Amino acid sequence: MTRGRLVWANLMRHKWRTLLTTASVAVAMFLFATLRSFGTTLDSLSQFGAANRMVVRHATAIVFPLQMSYVQRLATVEGVKGVSWANWFGGWYQDPKVFFANFAVDGPSFLALYPEIVVPEEQKQEWLRDRAGAVVGVDLMEKYGWRVGQNVVLNGTIFPGEWQFTIRATYTSKTRAFDQRSFMFHYAYLDERTNHQAQPGWFYLDIANGDDAPRIAATVDGLFKNSNAPTKTMTEQAFQASWMGMFGNVRTLMNAIGLAVVFAILLVTGNAMMMSARERTREVGTLKAIGFSDGTVGLIELAEAGSVALTGTLLGVGAATLLWKNIRVAAIEQFIPGFQVAANTMWISAAIALTLTLVSGLVPALRASRMSVVAALRTVE
Amino acid sequence: MKIPLIYNVRSIMQRPASTVMTAVSIGLVVAVFVAMLALATGFRAALAKTGSPDNVIVLRQGANDELSSGISRETARIIATFPHIAAGEDGLPLVSPEIYVLLNPDRKTGGIGNVVARGVDDRAFGVRKGVRIVAGRKFNSGASEVIIGQRIAERFVNMDIGDSLEFGGRKWAVVGHFASDGSGFESEVWGENEQFMPVFRGQVYQSVIFRLAPGAALDEVKRVMESDPRIQVSVRDEQDFYTSQSGILSTTLTIMAVFISTIMSVGAIFGAINTMYAAVASRSPEIAVMLTLGFRPRSVLASFLAEAGVISLIGGVLGCLFALPINGLATSTTNWQSFSEVAFAFRVTPGLLVAGVVFAVVMGLVGGFFPAWRAARLQVVQALR
Repeated sequence: MTRGRLVWANLMRHKWRTLLTTASVAVAMFLFATLRSFGTTLDSLSQFGAANRMVVRHATAIVFPLQMSYVQRLATVEGVKGVSWANWFGGWYQDPKVFFANFAVDGPSFLALYPEIVVPEEQKQEWLRDRAGAVVGVDLMEKYGWRVGQNVVLNGTIFPGEWQFTIRATYTSKTRAFDQRSFMFHYAYLDERTNHQAQPGWFYLDIANGDDAPRIAATVDGLFKNSNAPTKTMTEQAFQASWMGMFGNVRTLMNAIGLAVVFAILLVTGNAMMMSARERTREVGTLKAIGFSDGTVGLIELAEAGSVALTGTLLGVGAATLLWKNIRVAAIEQFIPGFQVAANTMWISAAIALTLTLVSGLVPALRASRMSVVAALRTVE
Repeated sequence: MKIPLIYNVRSIMQRPASTVMTAVSIGLVVAVFVAMLALATGFRAALAKTGSPDNVIVLRQGANDELSSGISRETARIIATFPHIAAGEDGLPLVSPEIYVLLNPDRKTGGIGNVVARGVDDRAFGVRKGVRIVAGRKFNSGASEVIIGQRIAERFVNMDIGDSLEFGGRKWAVVGHFASDGSGFESEVWGENEQFMPVFRGQVYQSVIFRLAPGAALDEVKRVMESDPRIQVSVRDEQDFYTSQSGILSTTLTIMAVFISTIMSVGAIFGAINTMYAAVASRSPEIAVMLTLGFRPRSVLASFLAEAGVISLIGGVLGCLFALPINGLATSTTNWQSFSEVAFAFRVTPGLLVAGVVFAVVMGLVGGFFPAWRAARLQVVQALR
C-alpha cells in the first residue's frame, strides 16, 4: 500500500465526516472570499480614474451647482486640453423606489473624454443628432427590455415632470468600474426644457499631463475662490476614492466577520482531525511496528488534514470567484459595481488553507510520530 | 425512564478539548449573528430617536425627504398661526422652520463625508426636547457660528470648538458640541436658519417642525393643514418620518445578518455533527449497556439530543459574551435614503441575546439529531461485541 493510498483510505473510512469537514471548509472559504471582496472591490473602484482626467465640483458639496460661465475660464488654464460638464438628473422609471444612475452630459466632449465607454459609431451619430436622445448601458437595456429607437419616460425628482427620451444608442464599458447601467442624455436638452435654468453639477477636465494635476487643481480653485460657487478640483481617482469613504466601516466590519468565519472553521476542522487521529492510535502502532518511520506516519496525518483543507478551500473560493464573476446581483451592483473576488484574496485563501492544514494536522501528526509502538498498541478505544 | 442529564454533562467534561472547540465555533456564529443585528438595531434606534412623537414635520406636498422639500417663508408663517401648535413658556408657538443641506467635509481618515447642515430657529431647542449642549455654548443669533453633533465632531477635521468651518462662501466658528440622546441629530451641524438661508438655496426653508399642543390630534392637524388652500404641504409625525428613513438600510443589514449567519451556521452544524458522531461512536458499548438495562431508544435519543443541546448552550452563552463588548461601540455609515452620514452605536439588546442563544440551541439540536438517532437505533449485540 502506498502512502497516498493510506491517506485516501483514512479519508474514506468515515466518508460522512470527511465530506462534512470538507464542505464546512468550503462554505467558510466561500463566505470569507465574498466578504473580503467588498473591501477589495471598493479599493479597485477607488483606483479607477485615468491620469488625464480631473473633476471640478462645488467646494461645499456636490449637491450645489456650478456655473456654465466657468467653461471658458477652465479652458484657458494651462495644461487643460478639454472641458466637459454634466449634471445629475435623478429621475426614475415606472417605480420611484428603483434607482439607476441617470445624468445629463455634453455628448461630444464626454465621449471624447471617456474612450472606455464604447458606443457603436453609427448609433453615436444618431444620438448626437437627436436632442432628446439618450445613450443607455447594455445592462440597463436588458433589465427593462428596452430597444434602440424606443421612447422612454423618466420622472424627474430634481427637475419635476415627465421627460420623454428616445434611446438612440447603447454603450458597453471597457472598465468594470464604470457600470453598464447608466442612462445619459444631452445637457442641452436639460437646459432647453428648464428654460435655460440648468447649471452644471460638475466639470470634467481633460489634462495634457497627469503630473500637472496638483498645479491645475490649485489654479482652478484659485480662479473661483471668491465667486458665488467656489470649486474643489481633484483627480478623477481622488473623486472616486472620496465616495468610497461613504461606506464607512463596511470594510472593517466585513473583514472582522470573515476572520470570525475562518477561525470558527479552524476549530471545526481541527476538532474533526483530532478525532479521527485519536481513533486510529492503534493503527499508528501497527504501521510503526511494520517499519514505517516516525516521519512518514506524521506526514500521513498531515496529508490527510491538508487534503481536506485544500479541497475545501479550492471549492469555496472557486465557487465564490465563478459566482461573482458571472452573476450580477442588482442589490450589490447598485452600490458596488464590478463586485468580484480579487486575485490577492485567492493568495490569502491559499495561505489560510496552509495554516488550516498545519493547525489542524500538526497536533495529530506530532502525536502520531512521537508515540511509541507499545503505547499505541496498548490504547483501548 | 429518562436518562439523567448529569450523565451527559459528565460525558461532555470527559472530552473538554472537543467540547470547547465545538462550543466556540457555535459561539462565533452566534457572535456574528448578534453583532450584525446589533448594528441594524443601533441604526434603527438612532433614527427612531431622531423624531419625537409629539412633534410634527411639515414638508412640501409630495416630498419624501427633507432634501427635496421646500417651504416658502409665507407658508412657514401661515403654519405658525395654526392653533394646534403648543406654546412655549413665553406664550409663543413652539415652531422651527429649518434649512437642510448636505456638506462634504473632510474626514480625519481621508475622503469626504455627507454631513447634514441644519439651519434651525432658536426655538428648535424648545421643540426638540433632547438636544443639549455638552461643550462650549449655543450659537448666537445673527452670528456666523455653528454647533456640531458630538458623534461627528471627532470624525471630521475642523470640528473642534475654536476651529472654523468653511462652507457656503463663509467661515463659521465652531462654538459648541451638542448631544441628543444618541439620535441622528448628533451627526449634524447646526446653525441659525436665517444665517444658512442666504448662503444656500435662497429664500426657502426645507421643513417646519412644531410641537403638537396638548390635546391636539395629529390626524386633525394633518387634515386641516393639507386641505388649507393657502399652502401645499404634507404633514407627518416626526418620529414616523425619521423611522421610515431607516427602512432600506436596516432591512439590508438584517437580511445580510441572516444570510451570513445561515451560511456560517452550516459550518457550525457540521462541527456539531462531527462531535456528536464521535461521541456516539466512542460510547457505543455504554449505549448498548443502557439499552440492555431497559432504557428506551427514545430516552437515548433524548439524552444525546440533550448533550448536543448543552454543548450548543455553552456555545450560545460564549457567543453572547463575545458580542457584548461591542455594545455602545460607535460607527457610522451613509443612510442611502437621505444620502447623509449617520453615526450611531451598536446596540446589543436582551432580545438579541436571547435570539442568539436560541439560534445556538437550534444549531446544536439540528447537528445532534442524526448522531442521536444513530445512538437510539444501535444494535445491542453488535455494539457490545
